[in-house]
Amino acid sequence: MDITNYVVLAAVLFAIGATTVLLRRNAIVVFMGVELMLNATNLAFVTFARMHGDLTGQVLAFFVMVVAAAEVVVGLAIIVTIFRTRRSASVDDVNLLRG
Amino acid sequence: MIESEFVPPEIDWLALAPLIVVLGAGVVGVLIEAFVPAKARRATQIVLTLAALAGGFAFVAVLWPQIVAQPVQVLGGSLTLTPFALGAQGIIAVLAFLGVLVVADRTATGQDAFAPTASAVPGTSYEDLARRSGLEQTEIYPLLLFAAGGMMLFASTDDLIVMFIALEVLSLPLYVLCATARRRRLLSQEAAAKYFLLGAFASALFIFGVALIYGFAGTVRLLEIAQRLQQGLPLEGMSVLLVAGVLLVVVGLLFKVGAVPFHAWTPDVYTGAPTPITGFMAACTKVAAVAALVQVLYRVSIGVQAVDPEIMRQLQMVIVVVAVLTMAVGTVVGSVQTDVKRLLAYSSIAHAGFLLVGVAGFNAQVQSSTLFYLIAYGIATIGAFGVVTLVRERRVTPGAGEHNGPVGDDGVVLGEATEIAQWAGLGRKAPWLTAAFALFLLSMAGIPLTAGFIAKFGAFTGATTGGLWWLAVLGVLASVVAVAFYLRLLVVMVFQRAQDDPAEPQVKLAEATPGAAPGEAEVSTSGAVSTGATTGAGATATLTTVQVTTAQRIEVTVVRSRGPAAVAIAVCALATVILGVFPSPVLALVEQASKFVP
Repeated sequence: MDITNYVVLAAVLFAIGATTVLLRRNAIVVFMGVELMLNATNLAFVTFARMHGDLTGQVLAFFVMVVAAAEVVVGLAIIVTIFRTRRSASVDDVNLLRG
Repeated sequence: MIESEFVPPEIDWLALAPLIVVLGAGVVGVLIEAFVPAKARRATQIVLTLAALAGGFAFVAVLWPQIVAQPVQVLGGSLTLTPFALGAQGIIAVLAFLGVLVVADRTATGQDAFAPTASAVPGTSYEDLARRSGLEQTEIYPLLLFAAGGMMLFASTDDLIVMFIALEVLSLPLYVLCATARRRRLLSQEAAAKYFLLGAFASALFIFGVALIYGFAGTVRLLEIAQRLQQGLPLEGMSVLLVAGVLLVVVGLLFKVGAVPFHAWTPDVYTGAPTPITGFMAACTKVAAVAALVQVLYRVSIGVQAVDPEIMRQLQMVIVVVAVLTMAVGTVVGSVQTDVKRLLAYSSIAHAGFLLVGVAGFNAQVQSSTLFYLIAYGIATIGAFGVVTLVRERRVTPGAGEHNGPVGDDGVVLGEATEIAQWAGLGRKAPWLTAAFALFLLSMAGIPLTAGFIAKFGAFTGATTGGLWWLAVLGVLASVVAVAFYLRLLVVMVFQRAQDDPAEPQVKLAEATPGAAPGEAEVSTSGAVSTGATTGAGATATLTTVQVTTAQRIEVTVVRSRGPAAVAIAVCALATVILGVFPSPVLALVEQASKFVP
C-alpha cells in the first residue's frame, strides 16, 4: 500500500480535529479536537519516519504524546474549575470578557 | 557480537548555564513548597526566584563575549546560542526579574494579587475560610520560573521539536497563572480557559507544521533543513509540504506574538489575568515569541530562497499583510477601549505589528533593532501594568469618616480601578506614579527622547532597508493613530477632574443593593464608577463576602507599594528615559547581536 495514504489520513484527521475545535461548543469536546490534531501529527511523524527510514520521527511522536498528556492535566484542571463555578462547560457561556 | 560502548555526549555546560539556573530554581521552588514551613515560604520563594533570574542574567553576561566571537551549538543544535538568541535570553531574564518584583508586591493592603486558594469555587464558604486564614499561593513563583525558563529556551533553539516543548513549558504555567486572580475570579478563570483552548489549538497547528517540514526535509533542525534545501530538493514535486509546514509553524508563532488574525485571545487574557501576571506575560512572551519567529523565518528563508525565490516572496507577503492588519486592528480598536488593561492589550497588539514591520524587511543586519524594540516595549509594558496594580477602588460610606481606618466595610480597598474614567484626576492624587505612567505611554507612542522612539525608528528602518518603504510609511501612519489613543488616556489622567473630587458638584453613588430603585442608581454621573463592581458575575461573586448594604461610594485610591513594585516602576521609568536619551551603549550591544547563523 502506498505510504502517502497514511499522510492523507493524518491530514484528514487533523482537519476533523481543527473543525471540532472551531465548531463545537463544549469545552471538553473542543479540547478533544485539539487532542485529535496532536494524534494526527503523531501519525504523520511516524509515517514520515518510515518514509525517510530514520527513527527521529518515531522519537518525536513520543515527545508529542508527553506534551499532550501535560496539556490534558492543565487543561482539564482549568475546565473543571470553570465547571464547578458555573455548572456549565459551554464556551458560549464564557462571555464576560468581550469588546 | 558487537562491542557496544556507552559514549557520553559532549555538552557545553556553560552555554546551558542560564537555562539550568532558571529551570533548576523552578524545581527547587517546587521542593520549597513541600519542605519549608508555610510562614517562611513566601520570602524564600521570592528570594530564590529573584536570585535565579539574576543568576541567569549573570551567566548570559559571562557568555556574551565568547558567543559574540563564536556562536555555539549544544547537543547537536537543540540549543543554538547565537548572539541574537543569547541577547533574547538576557532580555527575558531582566524583564522577568522586573515582572517578579511587581508580582511580589503585597502593597499597603497586605494582600498580593492572587487568590488564597485558586481551586476554591468563588463565593463559597471554603474560599471565605481560606481568605480569612490568610492562605497564600506561593506556587506562583516556581510557575513564573518555569515560564521564564521556557521562554529563554524558546528564543534560543534551532530544533523545532525543542521549540515545541519550550512553547509548552512557557505556556502551561501561564495558563495556570491566568486563573489565579484574587478578585474578579470568574473573569480570571474565563481568561485562562480562553487562553488555554486557543493556545492548545495554536500549538497543535505548530506541531503539525513541524511534522510536514520533517516529512519534506527529513530533519527538524532549521539549519540542517536550510543545508538540505540548498543542496537540492529532498522530495521532488512535494514542495507543497514545505510551504504548508512553514505556514503552519509561522501561524503558531504569530499566535504567541499576538498578531492579527491570531490576536483574539490577547485583550481577554490581558484583562482577566492578575495584573502583575499580565505585565510579565505581555513583556516576556512577546520577546520570546518574536525572537523565535525571527530566527525561524531567517533560517527557513535561507533554504527556501534556494528552492524557489517565488515561495520566498510569498512568505514575505504573508508577513507584510499580517503586519499591516495587526497595526490597523491594534490601533483602531485600541482607540475605542474604555478599560486601561484592555487598552494596553490592544497597544500590545499594535506593537506586535510594528515589530513585524521590522521583521518583514528580511534584512539580517537590521534585526538587532528588533531586540532594541523588545527591550523598549518590555520595560514600558511591565512598568505600565505595575502602575495599574496600584490604582485601586476603595469603598467609603459617606459621613462615616473617610480615613478612620477599617470601620466595618468602610475604607476597604477593593480591586483595581481599570475603567479609564476612574483614572481621571490621578495626576493630583499620585503625581509621581502618573508621571511614570505618562512616560511609559509616551514611550509606547514613540515620542522622541523615550526608548520607544529609537525602537520604532529602528523597526521602520528595517522595513526600508528591505525595500518595503511603503510598509514603513503605513507603520508611521499607524503610530500617529496610536499616539492619539495614548494621549487620550494621558489627558484623562492629568487634565480631567477626579469624579470623586469633593469640589465636583455631582456626587455619584455606586448602588450595589440588589433591590435599590433604579432611579437612585441613576445618580451616578456615569456608569464608570459602578462598572468596577459590576463588570460581570465574576466581580459580584467575589464581592459577596463584603456585600454592600447601604449606599456607599466607591472612590479611586492609590495604594502604597511596599517597595518591590515601586522599585520595578522606577527602574522601568529610568531605563525608558536613559534608552531614549543615551541609546548608544545598548544599541552597540544589540548591534553585536545581529547574527542568527552560527
